[in-house]
Amino acid sequence: MAMTREQALLEYVLRLGDNALILGQRLTELIAHGPELEEELANANFALDYLGQARMYYAYAGQLEGAGRDEDAFAFLRSDHEYRNLLLVEQPNGHFGDVMMRQFLFENYYVLQLDALTRCDDEHLAAIAARALTEVRYHLRHVSQWIVRLGDGTEESHRRVAESLERLWRYTGEAFASDEVDDVVRDTLQGPDPEELLRTWRKNVKDVLQEATLTMPEDGWMAGGGRQGHHTEHFGYLLAEMQHLQRTHPGAEW
Amino acid sequence: MVSADSTMPVALSGNDEKAVWRLLANVADPEIPVLTVLDLGVVRAVVIDGGRVTVDVAPTYSGCPAMEMIEAGIATELNRNGYEDVRVHRVLSPPWTTDWISDAGRDKLKRYGIAPPAGAGRGGMKGNTRPLACPRCDSVDTERLSEFGSTACKAAYRCRACLEPFEYFKCI
Repeated sequence: MAMTREQALLEYVLRLGDNALILGQRLTELIAHGPELEEELANANFALDYLGQARMYYAYAGQLEGAGRDEDAFAFLRSDHEYRNLLLVEQPNGHFGDVMMRQFLFENYYVLQLDALTRCDDEHLAAIAARALTEVRYHLRHVSQWIVRLGDGTEESHRRVAESLERLWRYTGEAFASDEVDDVVRDTLQGPDPEELLRTWRKNVKDVLQEATLTMPEDGWMAGGGRQGHHTEHFGYLLAEMQHLQRTHPGAEW
Repeated sequence: MVSADSTMPVALSGNDEKAVWRLLANVADPEIPVLTVLDLGVVRAVVIDGGRVTVDVAPTYSGCPAMEMIEAGIATELNRNGYEDVRVHRVLSPPWTTDWISDAGRDKLKRYGIAPPAGAGRGGMKGNTRPLACPRCDSVDTERLSEFGSTACKAAYRCRACLEPFEYFKCI
């Protein structure tokens, strides 16, 4: 049976929420580990924005689902196969170049997705996207400057960030591999067209990589499955830490 | 104006709407206490329906921890002044940008030592590229120390003339 518009919208909003929450959690792991004060502040600001965005998506998902689940239930009381985030955002932090490259590749996609969503037919999702878009644009500007600085920096910084790019590239294809959810959201809600996003993404990413004297990798095998709940081996550890408090003390509040 | 019998809903009127707006001028932003919620431009509407007051508030940043305190502050101020049935409702559209900060709010920010947002926020969050005047000595011989500051809404600057560091309310 074909997916209804309502089912697709709920699934789509959860994917957005899970991307925001999981990247926010990865960045939160870095709090107090910044290489310098400005980056410490930047990272904490990024993490806070993502947690705030995740809350907006989850609150809306709860409303769409109508089963009484709140933000905390979505964030803390699901198991790994129920999370729909991209594999890219769950990849471990590694070194500073890895962190910047992960965010650069993801946010180049996310700003395009958000920009398209501000024009979709679902008013509430369009409003969330408009709120988030200005924040993510500001992040991406900062992160892109770092990609250039590291790529066009010393021999060592170039080598290490080039490795980050090579390692993470295989996780970029998933964002643009459309499935039924994307199709229904595109066709019935005037949502983003993944093919169009990919074309713009490639151009934008290439421009910055070129400035950074980095070579855009050849497209090879691309990993997938995150959006269907099949995650990499790092994901369970992330969840264990993130959910520990709610699992140990169910219903705990500040 | 207030019935002592709390079980009886009090019918409120258009005068109450004006009174509520006046009371909102007493509710300060917890992170920048010189600004009221009206200066900040986050209050979108006040709706009186029977005995209930609903205040629509737009969030500044997605993750701004001050929003919950602002909402609680609004409810507390109205409760304290006899409005018992108060709802604070979060609205996302139209999204808040720094353009919603009032002129009075901009003056207050500057006197408080925070450079107000320069330029229009529409079209997305941008870094400031124009010379920014020091809120203390008005010199434009200033430099940015960090695009990110102590809260989501601020960046860190330094004045080369008076040598004082200052914060800038980012334009979004």
